[in-house]
Amino acid sequence: MPLFDLKQTGDPMNFTPAAPARRSFIRHSLAAAALFAALGAPASHAQAPLKIGFIGTMSGPGGALGQDQYDAFMLAIEQKGGKLGGVPVTVIREDDQLKPDVGVQAATKLLKSENVAIITGVTFSNVMMAIHKPITEAKVFLIGSNAGPAPIAGKECSPYFFSTSWDNDMLHEAGGQLATDLGYKNMYVMAANYQAGRDAVSGFKRDYTGKIIDEVYTQVNQPDYSAEIAQLQAAAPDAVYVFYPGGMSVNFVKQYRQAGLLGKIPLISAASIDGSTLPALKSLAVGAITSAPYAPNIDNPQNKQFVAAFTKAYKRVPSMYAAQSYDAAMLLDSAIAKVKGDLGNHDAFRAALKAADFQSVRGPFKFDTNHFPDAGFYRVDVVEGQDGAELKAISPITIKTRANFPAQCPMK
Amino acid sequence: MRVPETALSLTLFVIQSLNGLQLGVLLFLMAAGLTLVFGIMNFVNLAHGSMYMMGAFFAASLYQYTGSFLMAALLLAPAMLALGLAVEWVALRKLYQRDHLDQVLATFGLILFFNELARILWGPSPYYMEVPEFLSGAVDLFGIRYPAYRLLIIAAGLLVALGCYVLIHRSRIGMLIRAGATNRSMVGVLGVNIVLLNSLLFGLGAVLAGLAGLLAGPIMSVQAGMGEPILILTMVVIVIGGIGSIRGAFYASLIVGVVDTLGRTLLPALLRSVLERSSADIAGPALASMMIYLLMAVVLAIKPQGLFPVRNA
Repeated sequence: MPLFDLKQTGDPMNFTPAAPARRSFIRHSLAAAALFAALGAPASHAQAPLKIGFIGTMSGPGGALGQDQYDAFMLAIEQKGGKLGGVPVTVIREDDQLKPDVGVQAATKLLKSENVAIITGVTFSNVMMAIHKPITEAKVFLIGSNAGPAPIAGKECSPYFFSTSWDNDMLHEAGGQLATDLGYKNMYVMAANYQAGRDAVSGFKRDYTGKIIDEVYTQVNQPDYSAEIAQLQAAAPDAVYVFYPGGMSVNFVKQYRQAGLLGKIPLISAASIDGSTLPALKSLAVGAITSAPYAPNIDNPQNKQFVAAFTKAYKRVPSMYAAQSYDAAMLLDSAIAKVKGDLGNHDAFRAALKAADFQSVRGPFKFDTNHFPDAGFYRVDVVEGQDGAELKAISPITIKTRANFPAQCPMK
Repeated sequence: MRVPETALSLTLFVIQSLNGLQLGVLLFLMAAGLTLVFGIMNFVNLAHGSMYMMGAFFAASLYQYTGSFLMAALLLAPAMLALGLAVEWVALRKLYQRDHLDQVLATFGLILFFNELARILWGPSPYYMEVPEFLSGAVDLFGIRYPAYRLLIIAAGLLVALGCYVLIHRSRIGMLIRAGATNRSMVGVLGVNIVLLNSLLFGLGAVLAGLAGLLAGPIMSVQAGMGEPILILTMVVIVIGGIGSIRGAFYASLIVGVVDTLGRTLLPALLRSVLERSSADIAGPALASMMIYLLMAVVLAIKPQGLFPVRNA
């Protein structure tokens, strides 16, 4: 019943970033900003601002993710005094409403009437699949900071595309590896019944060496999991692996907790309990284990200042979506500085991006030949912190078997 | 065949039936209001799901503010009544005489309005609401632990159903409502204030939907757009039960709740015992999610007026 498909509604203009808070934050972090600006090129004056397009899901239930991406990207620009790589930038924001067709419209607008040089953001894979081709074929650089569907990491890879996140398989390969590392012999696997859910399970299986007792697919946006949880309980597995993005994970984790299972049967998840859903779960999720590319406590100077700055500006802890988008801004900053603001020479700019000469909040970061990052994954636990439940990286995950996307990509 | 065995064991069957019952009573709270508005006012109200969502948000905020679940429940009722009356007065009153398509369009617009309002007021992320402390545990039931809070939902739902029965069949207002469902214009001709009756019905529906939101809040994700999936189920319920019939809504809710729950758990397991594993894994969830719609189609084919139709003059 498409009439009721209201996942995406609303007006993107209703988002107003916490401007006063951010202004005060800037005063306090001038030192940090200056430090990073020093890495860039000498400031060029009286330049026309460089136009950067931002496409993200800003409304509907997925809106929190796009908002995180946008806020972090803008934070980086604020920190650099309104510039990236020493060049003044303006960001034109578009809401794709989680609809591929709206995303294509937004991309067309950015390409045709705004003539942007770079587009960044992109929250969900279905939108990415729709806009990847139009943007890269227009020879405009696309820096994805979240969605990483497998095709664009493999045979449909493009010299104009870079990702600062992961390819979708990697999330769940890390999950499978984590379950293997933790020594669970019998796993129970659950996912939402759509393409990403099935991909999640196949990614998980690639690195999980134990036995899968059962795999269960539930309806997308199913509100109640009591029946499935009762089945699960009867099957008595060593641990459970789930993939329930967004509100689905809130439903599932609440009900898992209420069935008295959290803490009894370990719960491992990926892209389910994260910075966007934890505020709705709080201490209900304490004890859950996740595999994630990012956690606020990752110990490096870049992340420390990022978490402090983001928390101060927006009064919330940055999620992985924010972190990846902040990385995208810092990557652009480094590359634009390298070419001294001259984006006309695409080969030089591409080489500058490929060098990834920036400090990632995720730790060591380099690009594979398919322009997807080879960067850290972590076991991230939900723990009771000083201000309630928080995500805490416990240990890095070393994925043993990867889907070999770089080999499928013609770029060398 | 390990999976079918566990799926079909007796204790598990009892637990799943309880789960179905719990979903059923939640649906009944929604369906009761919707079926009355539909049956008596002949008004298609898609915004009923928004009342459920607003109820959940109000309840979550009140709970957070007062720190007491009971207090939140007590304050919620007048708040929902006020909201229901306000919506009826501002937006819907003008639409009673229009045809169904206009009503669908207008109330669809209300869905968009309320989803957006919720997002502005409470933010785009799911909102926090927890189970009250004294119900947070699990009760030992036939060797399997069952969440205490879900037992409360069942109890509260059955209580409200009883209340509705008394209201509809044992009170003067109920008599008018029943009369209105049977022959609306005759009731108006006899001097009953139909306008007031309509407002009252709408307010009552909003309170019940809000109550459903309150009960669902602690187990589900409270977020903008949460009303639509349950609205669809509710529509199925009132069609199966017979539009305008509270009794039909009650039985149909329980039937849909149990069929949906058991279908989701038993069907994939059964398919696995007859089909190959990989095809069963694909067909199972797909078929399970179709079960209640198949049920609706069968009911419509055999009894187009629903299982418990209101007897029209």
